[in-house]
This record gives sequence, structure tokens and C-alpha cells, in this order.
Amino acid sequence: MKFTCLRKGGDFHCPPCHILDICGFRVLFDFPLDLSALTAFSPVPTSFNCSLDEETSCCPRSDVKKRGNIGKPVNANDLIFAEPFYKTVNNLHLWNAAFIDVVLISSPMGMLGLPFLTRMKGFSAKIYVTEAAARLGQLMMEELVAMHMELKQTYGAEESDFPEWMKWKELELLPSVLGEIISGKDGEELGGWIPLYSAVDVNDCMRKVQRLKYAEETCYNGTLVIKGFSSGLEIGSCNWMINCPKGDVAFISSSIFVSGHAMDFDYCALKGNDLILFSDFSSLNAAENLENDFSVRSTNDLSPLRSLYEADENLEEREKLAFLCSCAIDSVKTGGSVLIPITRLGIVLQLLEQISALLDSSNLKIPIYMISSVAEELLAFTNTIPEWLCKQRQAKLFSGEPLFDHVKLMKEKKLQVFPAVHSSNLLMNWQEPCIVFSPHWSLRLGPVVHLLRHWCGNQNSLLVLEHGVDVELALLPFQPMAMKVLQCSFLSGIKSQNVQPLLEMLQAKFVLFPEDMKQISFPKANSFSVLCYSENETLRIQRLKECPEVEIAMDLAAKFNFKKLKQENVNVTRIKGDLFIYHGKHQLLSGNEQANSKCRPLLHWGSLDLESLLTALSKMDIKATVERGMSDSDNDNVSVVHVHEPNRAFIEIKATSTVITTADENLASLIFEAIGTLMDGV
Amino acid sequence: MAIDCLVLGAGQEVGKSCVIASINDKRIMFDCGMHMGHVDHRRYPDFSRIPRPQGTGFDRAIDCIIITHFHLDHVGALPYFTEVCGYGGPIYMTYPTKALAPLMLEDYRKVMVERRGEEEQFTADHIVECMKKVIPVDLKQTVQVDKDLQIRAYYAGHVLGAAMFYAKVGDTAIVYTGDYNMTPDRHLGAAQIDRLHLDLLITESTYATTIRDSKYGREREFLKAVHKCIGGGGKVLIPTFALGRAQELCILLEDYWERMNLKVPIYFSAGLTIQANMYYKMLISWTSQKIKETYSTRNAFDFKYVTNFDRSMIDAPGPCVLFATPGMIIGGFSLEVFKHWAPAEKNLITLPGYCGVGTIGHKLMSGKPTKIDLDKDTQIDVRCQIHQLSFSPHTDAKGIMDLVKFLSPKNIILVHGEKPKIAILKGRIKSELGIPCYDPANNETVSIPSTHYVKAVASDTFIRSCSHPNFKFSKSSMEDGHGSSFKLGNSAPQLQVSDERVAEGILVIEKSKKAKVLHQEELLQMLGEKENKVQFAYCCPVRIGNLEETKSTDITSTNDKLSMTDGSLWLQILFARLSDEFSGGNIQDFGEHLQVESFRMSTCLKETCPYRIDETLQGNRSELVFFCCTWSVADEKIAQRIISILKNFGSSAVKRNSLVPIG
Ligand SMILES: [Zn+2]
Ligand SMILES: [Zn+2]
Repeated sequence: MKFTCLRKGGDFHCPPCHILDICGFRVLFDFPLDLSALTAFSPVPTSFNCSLDEETSCCPRSDVKKRGNIGKPVNANDLIFAEPFYKTVNNLHLWNAAFIDVVLISSPMGMLGLPFLTRMKGFSAKIYVTEAAARLGQLMMEELVAMHMELKQTYGAEESDFPEWMKWKELELLPSVLGEIISGKDGEELGGWIPLYSAVDVNDCMRKVQRLKYAEETCYNGTLVIKGFSSGLEIGSCNWMINCPKGDVAFISSSIFVSGHAMDFDYCALKGNDLILFSDFSSLNAAENLENDFSVRSTNDLSPLRSLYEADENLEEREKLAFLCSCAIDSVKTGGSVLIPITRLGIVLQLLEQISALLDSSNLKIPIYMISSVAEELLAFTNTIPEWLCKQRQAKLFSGEPLFDHVKLMKEKKLQVFPAVHSSNLLMNWQEPCIVFSPHWSLRLGPVVHLLRHWCGNQNSLLVLEHGVDVELALLPFQPMAMKVLQCSFLSGIKSQNVQPLLEMLQAKFVLFPEDMKQISFPKANSFSVLCYSENETLRIQRLKECPEVEIAMDLAAKFNFKKLKQENVNVTRIKGDLFIYHGKHQLLSGNEQANSKCRPLLHWGSLDLESLLTALSKMDIKATVERGMSDSDNDNVSVVHVHEPNRAFIEIKATSTVITTADENLASLIFEAIGTLMDGV
Repeated sequence: MAIDCLVLGAGQEVGKSCVIASINDKRIMFDCGMHMGHVDHRRYPDFSRIPRPQGTGFDRAIDCIIITHFHLDHVGALPYFTEVCGYGGPIYMTYPTKALAPLMLEDYRKVMVERRGEEEQFTADHIVECMKKVIPVDLKQTVQVDKDLQIRAYYAGHVLGAAMFYAKVGDTAIVYTGDYNMTPDRHLGAAQIDRLHLDLLITESTYATTIRDSKYGREREFLKAVHKCIGGGGKVLIPTFALGRAQELCILLEDYWERMNLKVPIYFSAGLTIQANMYYKMLISWTSQKIKETYSTRNAFDFKYVTNFDRSMIDAPGPCVLFATPGMIIGGFSLEVFKHWAPAEKNLITLPGYCGVGTIGHKLMSGKPTKIDLDKDTQIDVRCQIHQLSFSPHTDAKGIMDLVKFLSPKNIILVHGEKPKIAILKGRIKSELGIPCYDPANNETVSIPSTHYVKAVASDTFIRSCSHPNFKFSKSSMEDGHGSSFKLGNSAPQLQVSDERVAEGILVIEKSKKAKVLHQEELLQMLGEKENKVQFAYCCPVRIGNLEETKSTDITSTNDKLSMTDGSLWLQILFARLSDEFSGGNIQDFGEHLQVESFRMSTCLKETCPYRIDETLQGNRSELVFFCCTWSVADEKIAQRIISILKNFGSSAVKRNSLVPIG
């Protein structure tokens, strides 16, 4: 078994990417896009404000991440003015897609790069995705393509696959912040850039996807039994379990114990595997921003294991959402609009519910708009998948209420959904102040660009961003910003203090753990051994199971003819049947062949004692004499037993071989039998 | 160990489905239904027959309950069993069944108690409490009920959320179908299941002897009858249960109304199905492909023409279509409307689906009664038209046979069908498919053996030795070491490939160790022993006939004859002969020797050979060729046959003029 981390985890939007060699098959986990890299591009063909670079004072949160101390400050004109490329897993071109056998997608975000893979020559892997993640992922890809097409129109047709900005001399001119986004620290990431796939690519990709139900068991090639269990991160997100003759493996992606919308992290289902591939990097990002007042504050002083079962995570998340809602209400009260380019589905759905409730209770009649080419479908879809939602949402199904409030909000026209900013319906109904949900969080694509240009000078308006976005860089094209900016981090995985107790509870033999997260310490007395992995390094994993198991059919077992060996306590029997591999297990079933009724041993060991042989023969009324001690051509010591009655025969006896020669078939059998009583055999 | 199936209901009848299956000591209750035709104790399965420790509830008697769908004949007794008889263990049903079953139960409870005035068997609270114990499952979700018991649901069509259930305990697996439909209908898809290895299939057999033709003709018939009635100003009564048929027919009518531009109102009787549509909208992923594809623009369960019906409208003038509960006209509102509408000739009563024996629906369907006695004081004149829907959400006989053939279980139990029909189907299954088939009556138990595997570990070498196909290539003529190619005798296929994945190994049981399957070479290693190869050998003399002639006639195509030794030439001639006459294995030509399995044969040019035994040889030694043969005991038969062929060369020598063995 071998494991390679191709790309370590970024944030919620860019899950890690690994490859696992197991039972002779190559399994790829996730194939995301790094959309945060889009910030290197300008959202418009030309800078729309070319002055006032220094006046960035309007940004209320000056404690946003400090830029590296190298290079000149970036300004809006430094951005790349070209149709954006997209950043995938590094060195994609070095890969032979044909060598991948299975792709396991653990979240909608994890499949955004998939069309690049599926259109590669020779690609024929089976792709498994939960049905909910597949639908959401498809909608996200379609939305991305639609937004990109719109932007592309403003740039006009690109002349080549190798655009001007990718040339070294251009790259060298970039400020270091941008340079690092484009080519990585050592320039090794330049190979990951690629022009976006088309709507046709997306469709082709989706046709190749195999959709799975919740915890549906599927079997690849009879050998790998694959099952997905909810991870709680997003609707349809899952952790994978692979059972095969070589061992049982669980893949843990970013997981959330108690979710406000998706089905909770089903960690119990992952218990008792041989190996855990731990791939939740979220606490890395969370640790970075502890000083940020809008990030997770540690409230768990108690035993962390208890918190696994408690709802405090969810409570914290709800408090964050409540604060966010109150900020939004404050803004609309002062006549400003609120722009929310967050695309995390769970956050959007919950914000919709909470903001509208708060508007109601504050007696405010402020319209909520959602602008996206896929919004209508997305909202309709979320109301039809109770199987993928958390317990509280499922309870709504059982009491006959819609799963999410947006159904009601749309009916009451409190929430209006438009496909684009220029749709005529929008123009007819538009009112300000308003609250708008609209992609894309990178602020480089989609309706948000238009709206941000529209409101950036309005000091009463509010822009809500997710943590993880480089705010300074993201807002660069929209400077000067008078608009307020609120940046909020949401729980995106297992908190660091819960990692150790979780792993302890899962009782695996081995855990593959990210080297970068070594700050999480494991006590010496762990029940499992930890192997650390880092990006682009291949780890060999020792065998998990001592031996593969085999199931022997009862009718075959009934024919066993055990023989007790001279060696103490060892019984042996010959076994013959058809070996199948069925559902990850070897099975030995009785074949068509008729069992040999004689059951004579085919394999002998030990040496043959001449005297005993003569005795045995004489008991069978076989008369024989011995001719000893000749040497044959190989200088082996040869003895020959001459049989005279009932027929002529020779028995040639050497240290490791015995040869019976006679024209009498019966006699041959008798001699063979006599030999069998003197030597061990099976 | 075995599988014991105690049939508590739906044995040789339709109603109160309930099977207690004990699989290797795990006990599962499949369905917990009630019988519509009875009002006494016979309405429920006789739960007292479930073996259990004295004086306890059923918690320890049953490991889990599985409900296949929301029809009352499958779930109707559940609240009674859990809340009144006392069962607190897990209950599994699909999401739609968990959502919709309480509606059915509550609707039924109301009819029974409030309108028919019966003593209630369970309360509304009982239903609520009972449903709290239900664990919803998705299709194909593999649920580990406990360490040993695994269950899984498969799509069954029939009604929204209906599922067939697979249950596996250890190595033993069964499927209980509940009701299913093998053809898609207006709102649901057809049943789907994997090809499973099953010890037992328990299947419904409502239409055990019926073969149905296209359902579209039947649908047209129904629409025509409805259209004719409302065209004549009549009223159409469709008595249904709250869920299932009502939605299917409504989709059908909505579609027809749209196409025909009809304005006649369609009503749902109070409180029932409009609320149910809310559920259907959320459960759209359980419907047919067509409905799923269009829901985001228009949800098929947003009925445009349907409005609520009020009791005061019963005698209002003008045509209409009314869906009223309960189905089969067993009481309640549908009975009330029936009383008003049945006497008028222009009205129509449409009976969808199966009506239990003893119900008014059943009376209307059997013959054409003109009068119906409700009780001893009330009699109703029936002058209205009666139309029986001839499409049903159950599979027909062909569907059952198709499913049985597809799954090829080791045993079959038929339930949920009428006795004579079930008996016919049983006969067909036994004679056509040769599968043991049973049709137990209620309260009978069927026992069948269960599957077990012996578990062992296997060495890698053993697995490798057989999981890689052990291809055996054989050519009728093969390029030998001399680079020359022969084409001898008749032209057999040039290359024969056989893929025998026969696994051969040795099972070793050592005290206090797991049984282990080894490759035979590993055994010696393990024991620290060396093989003592016991073989047979026989140096077989064959008399050379007219050798020169043979050489020139049989192998004239040989272009480098001269480079060949005499020995290999004899071997080639022999090879040609054996290829003709020997059929017990593939003879491989290795140039210096021929080989079949362990049997080897080469020309023996030695003056004396230790394996030469026949001293009776006479005549000129130069007319003899010896073929030295060795083999191991496994290939004794092959050896005997080849040697006898060699010997037969002697008798055919005159004709064939080539090789004459002596012996
Ligand atoms: Zn049914
Ligand atoms: Zn039924």
C-alpha cells in the first residue's frame, strides 16, 4: 500500500488531494480547484479607478492579514488583465490519467476540477460521488462556467493557450504577493494553471460519475468495497471507507460533528478500521487566526472527548450567524444594502432563515435577493433531500414542513431569485436597501462584481466575506472602499482539540497524519501508530492484515479429509475449489470438478526407511529384495527395491525422490500406498 | 443453524402482512400489518405466537422490525404492537414511509373510532410514540443493526417509499419484498434490486396468475369512463386511502384535464391528500425519473385543478370528481358519499386496486349488486356505474417470475396472495425453475437451511497462485528449440487457451491458531521438511515399423530435417499421433520432451534404463524405440491412457506403418 499527498488542504473551498495505492488499484481522493488564486486577476478589463491608491482607510477592519514584507505594495493596476486561468492540482500534466482506477469525491468542492481529469486522454476511472454532492458539484461547476463566460465576453477571445501573463518576463514584473499566487514559492505551481473547462466538459464529466446513496455499498472490481458516510461539512459531503482483502481503510476529510443543515459527522461508522487517512487540515487555518475576533474562541475547557457529543460547536456557529444577521440589520436600518458573496450552501441557507426572521421581528420590509444562474435550481434541490440533512431538518419532513424556510420566503416574495443582474425581472423589482446573496466569494467573477462597484462607495452598505479570502487583495479593484467589510470564519472541520480523542475512539491500527499538523500531540500510550505525510512524498504502508481471509463453502469443507501429521498438533488436508473474489472477500467454492475419491497424497516429505518399506510390502503379500548403495551419475546414493511377486517392479529410492516402475497398474497403486503409510504426505 | 419463517399474516391471503424470520438466531419482524376485512381479533397478527421469555415484552424477542411501505396491511398494527403489546427496539422504514405512515394510521384511526364508533385499538399518542422509535433509511443504505445483522432497502415502486428489504446475518441472506411493481407508473419507477446471493426470497404474490398488458390502454379506459360520467353531468367518486393511488390518479387526471381543457372540479375529501402533497414534494427523489427531471420548474405534486371538498357539497348540483377516504369504502367519508351518490344512474364509482374480502368495495366488484346492505336497518340502492381500475401498483405473474429468475434464490416463500392462485404460482416456480417453494398459511413456520462459510486465512502465495488466471497455452504445433515449425496431421486449432481458476492448496490447522490455506510449497517450508518426490516411471518400448516411409510421408515439409536428432524426430511422430488420439489434456511439445500435466515423455536413447522393465522383449533392438515416461500420482489416469495408446500403436501398426510398441 502506498500513499501520496498531491496537494495539502487549503480551506473549505479547496480540499486536499491524495492518491492511495491499494490492492493493486490507484484511488484518487478529490480533485479540487484553487479558486482563491483568481484574486490575481482583475475582474474587469481595465482598472476602473486609477487614482487614490493610498486612500484605503475606509476599510474598517485594518487588522486583516499583513502582507509579506517583500516587494512593493500591490495596486489595482498590478492585477493580471486577462481572461483568468484556473489553478488545479500541481503538475497535472505529469500525470497519466489512465493509471487512476477509482476517484472518490468527498464534497461538492472536491469535484470542481474533475472535468479537467475526465477529458484527459485514457481516463477511464470509476468516479464515486454521493448523489447530493454530485448534484451540488454540478450546479457549482455550471455556475462557474456561466460566470466565466460572462467575464470572457468582456475580455474578448483569448489568442492562445499560453497567454502573455504566463511568460517569465511578465511574471517577474509581478509584485511578490501575486507572483506567489501564480507560481508558488519556488515557481513549481505554474504548471497547475489551465483555461476553464466548458459546459460540454462538465456534462461529459457528470455522465462519467457514479452516484451513490447514503452509506450505499459499492464494489469496485470485486475487490474494493466502498462506502461513504456523512462528514457533516456540507450536504452530501462524506468520508470514505474502503474494505478490501488487504485491510480496511477510512478516509476522513474535513468533518463537522454537529451541523446546522447537513447530516452530522457519522464517526461511529468509521470505527475499527486498520488504517485512517486523516485529511482534515481545517485546524491549520483555524489556528492561524486565533487573534481574529471573529474566529473560533476556545470554549472547551472540559474533556475534549465530551465535546464530540455536545452541540457547543453548533451553538458557537449559530452565535456567529446571529451576530452576522444583527450587523446586516444594522446596515439596512441606516439605509445601506448588504452584499453577501458567500457561497457555502449551509451558511447561505441558514443566513436566509435567520436574516428574514430578524427582519420580521424588527418589522423591516427589506427584500432579499439571490442572484445566480443556478439559484432557483439549488434552492429547489435543497428542499428535496431530507436524506442528507441533519436530524432537526429531517424532523421537519416528518411533521410535513418544508426542510428550509426559503420555500416559504419565496412564496411570500420575501426572497426573490434571479439568474443574473441584467434579468428583466430583477430590474423591475429592484429595491434598495436590500440584502443580496450572490457569487463569487473571490470577488472576481459573477454578479458580486457589479454590485460591489455599485456599492463600494456607500459607507452604510455592508460586505460580508468569509475568512480565508485575502481581503486587501480581493478588494483591490474596488478601492477606495467606503463600504463596511465584515469578515467571518466558519467552522470548517474538526477542531484541533477533538482530533486526538476522535482518533483514539476510532481504534485504528495506523493513522496517516499531516506532518504540518504535528502541533497536535499524541500521547505515547496511543493505541495506534502515527505516520506523518507531507505534500508530494510517497509513503509506503506496511501490510495491515497479516493474511487475507478466505471463506470456504460448507459443501467443500464437508469433503475435507484431515490427516494428522507426525509433527505434533498439525492437521492438514488438501483443498481444491474455485477461488472467487466477491465483495472484497476471497471465497473458495466447490468447482465443477469431481473430487478425487481416492484422496491419495500428492506431496510427500521425509525419507523412506528401507526396512520399513520391505515390512510394509510383505504385509501386502508383495515380495521384494533390496539392492543398496549404488551411486548414480549425479553421485546420489541410490537404493533399488526389486519386486518379484505378484509382478515385476522396481522402486528407486534416493534421499529426496522415490520412483516406482512397473507395468502392472495395480501393483503400482499398492506400492504407492505402502510408501504413503511410511512418509508424511498430503 | 437455519432460517425459520413464522408467517403471522398474509399467509395464503392478502392482509395483515407479518413474517417473523429467525436467521441464525437473529429475529426480524417484516411488516406489521392489519386486515381490513376483520373487526375482531383477526384483524391483527397473532403476536402471542412469537417465542419470548415469560412475562417480558417483545424487546428481547425481536431484534428489529422492518416496515416495507405505508399501506395499512403492512403497517396498520405497528402502533398496537409497539405501544400496547410493548416493543421498544429499533424499527426501520424508508424516509417516505416514516413520513407518510403516521398519516395513514391517523386517518384510519379516525375512521374507525370517530365514524364507525369502535373501541380504539391505539391512540393518536400511540402513533406519535411509535414513530419516534423509527429509524429512517435511504435506498441502498447499508445499515448495521448490530454486529451481526445488516439490512438494506431496495426500490420497490408500488407506492412512494415502498422498499424491498435485504437482511444478512453472518453468511445467510434473505430478501423480503413487501409489495412491489416491476413496471413504472405515472409517478413511480419500477422495482430495482442487485443480483444478490440469497438463501431465501419472500415475495408477495397478489397477482400470482395474472398477466397484464399495456397499462396505457387501461388508463385510457379509466379516463374515458370519468369523462363520460362528467360529460353527462354525473359525479365521480374515487374511494382511496390518503396516499398512493390518490396521487397517481391525480397526476393522470391533471394531465388529462390540461389536455382536454376541462373545467370540472376535482376534489380531495377533507384533510387528506392536499397536506400529503407537501410530503410528496419533499420526497420527489423517490418518484419516477420523469417527475424528478422536471421538479425544479414545476413540481408534479403541485396540483392545479384540485381543491378541498366540504361535506356541504355532497348534494351540490353539477359534475365533479371526488377522491374520498377511506379506500375500499370501509366506512367514514367515502361511505357517506357513497350513500348519497350510489342511487343515481349518471354517477360513477371508480374502485382503484385491491378491495379486501368483506368490504363494500369488494361487494361492488364481485358481480353487479343492485342493493347493498349496510347493516340490518340500512339498505342502499346501487344504480350508479361501477368502474374497476384494472391497473394496479402490484407486479403481475410475469414480474414475479422475472424477479425470481433474476435473484435465483435457494428457496422461495410466497405470501400476500389468495390461496388457489398462490398454489399455481408455487407449482410454476418448482417446475419451471426448480427452486424449492413454499406457501405457508398463517401461523405456520417454514424452516430452511442457511449458508455458512468456514473462515480461514490464506497465504499470499496461495492467493497469487490462483487469482492470476492460470492460463495454459497449447498449440497443436509449436515452434521448438530448433526454430522449425511443423504442421502435422490434421490441422487442429493453432492456439488453445484455457483459463482454469481452480485453486489448489493445503489447509493447515495447528493447535490454537487460525486455520490457514497454504500453497503446497509453503507447507514444506512451514514444517521445515524437504519434499520426497514420489513418482512413477515407465520406459515404454515401441516397435518401429516402416520408419523411412513415415518420415517421408508425414513430415516432408520439414526443411531442416538434418539438424534434428533421431530422438526428437520419433517424438514428433508420436506427438502427431497423440494429438489425433489423445483427448484427456493438452499435450505440449517442448522439443526434447512431450508433456501433459505432470506426465512427461521423451525418447530414451540409453542402452540401459532403470525404468525399462520388460525383459520379454525379443527381436532386433534396432527396430525398437523407447519412450521414457514419468508422472506423479495425480496424473495416473493420463499416464494409463497415453501408455495404452502407445501400446495400441502395435495393433494399428499394420495399417499405419509407423510405430509399433511392444509390451
Ligand atoms: Zn401495498
Ligand atoms: Zn400489501
